[in-house]
Amino acid sequence: MAPLEYYIVLSAVLFAIGVWGVLRSRNAIVIFMSIELMLNAVNLSIVAFSSNIKVVISRFIEAVPPQRIPDILQTSMASGQVFVLLVMTVAAAEAAVGLAIIISIFRAKNSVNVDDVNIMKW
Amino acid sequence: MEEQIKILVKLVPVFPLIGFLFNGILNRRLPEKTVGFIGSFTVFSSFVLSSWAFLLLIQLPEHARSIQSSWFDWVVSGSFSSAFSFLYDPLAAVMMLVVTGVGFLIHVYSIGYMHGDGGVGRYFSYLNLFVFAMLTLIMGDNLLLLYLGWEGVGLCSYLLIGFWFHKDSASNAGKKAFIVNRIGDFGFALGVMLLFWTFAAAGHPTINLTEISHLSPEILAGGGIVTLITLLLFLGATGKSAQIPLYVWLPDAMEGPTPVSALIHAATMVTAGVYMVCRLSALFILAPVTMLVIAIIGAATALFAATIGLVQNDIKRVLAYSTISQLGYMFLACGVGAFASGIFHLMTHAFFKALLFMCAGSVMHALAGELDMQKMGGLKKYMPYTFVTMFVGTLAISGVPLFSGFFSKDEILYNAFISQNGHPLLWVMGLIAAILTAFYMFRLLFLTFYGKSRIDPEVEKHVHESPKSMTVPLMILAFLAVIGGYVGLPHALGGGAWFDKFLHPVFAGGHGESAAVHHSLGLEYGLMIASVVAAGIGIFVAFMFYIADPERPKRLAGKFPGIYNTLFNKYYVDELYNAAIVQPVIAIGRFFWQITDLRGVDGFANGLASAVGWLSSMIRVIHTGFLRNYALVFVIGVIVLLGYVMFK
Repeated sequence: MAPLEYYIVLSAVLFAIGVWGVLRSRNAIVIFMSIELMLNAVNLSIVAFSSNIKVVISRFIEAVPPQRIPDILQTSMASGQVFVLLVMTVAAAEAAVGLAIIISIFRAKNSVNVDDVNIMKW
Repeated sequence: MEEQIKILVKLVPVFPLIGFLFNGILNRRLPEKTVGFIGSFTVFSSFVLSSWAFLLLIQLPEHARSIQSSWFDWVVSGSFSSAFSFLYDPLAAVMMLVVTGVGFLIHVYSIGYMHGDGGVGRYFSYLNLFVFAMLTLIMGDNLLLLYLGWEGVGLCSYLLIGFWFHKDSASNAGKKAFIVNRIGDFGFALGVMLLFWTFAAAGHPTINLTEISHLSPEILAGGGIVTLITLLLFLGATGKSAQIPLYVWLPDAMEGPTPVSALIHAATMVTAGVYMVCRLSALFILAPVTMLVIAIIGAATALFAATIGLVQNDIKRVLAYSTISQLGYMFLACGVGAFASGIFHLMTHAFFKALLFMCAGSVMHALAGELDMQKMGGLKKYMPYTFVTMFVGTLAISGVPLFSGFFSKDEILYNAFISQNGHPLLWVMGLIAAILTAFYMFRLLFLTFYGKSRIDPEVEKHVHESPKSMTVPLMILAFLAVIGGYVGLPHALGGGAWFDKFLHPVFAGGHGESAAVHHSLGLEYGLMIASVVAAGIGIFVAFMFYIADPERPKRLAGKFPGIYNTLFNKYYVDELYNAAIVQPVIAIGRFFWQITDLRGVDGFANGLASAVGWLSSMIRVIHTGFLRNYALVFVIGVIVLLGYVMFK
């Protein structure tokens, strides 16, 4: 298995791409996809941390080396993976709502360019 | 028996209140007849109860004739307390009989007079409210309740003067009455507060009338404060009872319906000041300065108003000035310590002045609302009932012997002469006023009913006697105007001065009848003859002027245009007040409106709003409305926060 740092770096890169996409893009669909990308980057980091729980613990509680942490902790600390499932569910729901909003914006404005929707001010 | 009186007395004001609520709420949903019936019947019920209570009262021994009956505690705060309770004693009994009795007759008269007016429901509900407020005023056993009634009658007066509010003159007259009364009421309120304060400082925090009467000799005697209190209270009386300097509202109050003038501005409300002074006689008697002021103002008003009445052409205004003049007599009586005589004149005046006003109303009714006496004349043959009753009223007010006004007026003049507070000069003023009274009343009678008709021919075709609902009350009042004086028949004429004796326990000082004993009968007869002669002179001159030679008044007016114009324009007092008080107050008001309010208060509020607006317009540029800007700010914010957490 690749070391934890690889996953973290990949996750960070993906997240940065997502942020870049949100800030750069004018197309609502692309922004939306970028948000999904950020969500998945976070998911990746969570599962990575979850499967390397011993490393994480020893990083934070320095007195304990990874070898001395009992294996049972590895399996009981699977909550990170459950959490990811939760995020995916929310992301799916969010996608449904978000796409509905985008479609209704398109119907009203005949455009999915977010700069055309600049009425969010007084 | 006392328990019975308590119940009766408690119920007296309830009926007019029910009538007010009933007529006031249902108003236009009721037919005119029902409204009139309810309005009159409720007051009649009160009259019956008042009479019943009166009959029980006179059976009680003299010292027991002061009965308190309480509905509920009204205001209780610390040591101060005021109950909604009534004081029933001879003075209250007389006032209640006058208010409900004369009030009932005027209600009945109103049914005929107001027939066909759209606002009959409103009219009768105000009238009933007035009777309720007036009863509260005269029955209240403490000053706060008295003040409630005092303001209540003021309100009703305002509402009824401005009853035909679509007329500018009527609504202005209502406002004038209200504002002028406010000045007096302000003094009255200050007087009550000062009184309470003084009593509280002496360890007796009370505004109960009986307690005040008992305690004031002990607490207030000899102090200057009692003079101040009584002067303030008297200021209230000058407003309500239309005395110099606050009398100006009463002539204008004639804009209201005539029965209102009869009830409120002649018989009852305007006598509230006299009642109040009499009710607090124990207090006033302690302040000789105030008594002198009251006597002088009373005599001066009697004379002053009578001179104005000489030349007015508006039939109701003549009666209004006459009312002011007669109220002056009552205050003259109070000022010289003859409180019972004041109340006696109050009662007889209520009879004959209500009668005169209602006769004037009957004349107006016949002449399609004509008020100018120069456009009347010769009505005798058209309106026999009105003529006869008015003649009786005129004889009564002029002080012709055997009529009620003679006895009461003579008693006042007599007391003004012999009382230790009196002075022959006051008597002379009163006597001249009596001559003038006889003159202007007979002038009114002659111009209206005698001589050649000066009526507009178009109107003359429709001249008619008034309906029964109007003439019957006139006849009853005429009857009262004749016999009303015999309850106070003086000893000198073989009577027992029963009225004075009846009221005697209420008043402090024991002036009037007891003082009279020390003087010779010869003086009493002499003064009596003097007032008869005064009435005779007035009537004779009026006859010479308006029957024998109708052109004489015009010639005289032409000879002395200065005097005539001064009198005709009421000594220019309205103009003087307008220039000296009204205009400066308007100027001050304008200053506060234009400068303080519009510039100051509004300026501050508007300035605050525009300052906030300006600040917002500076900040709003960061709200571009572009989604990506917000996202960028959000990301930057997250980075900054994270950086802070990581590198702190």
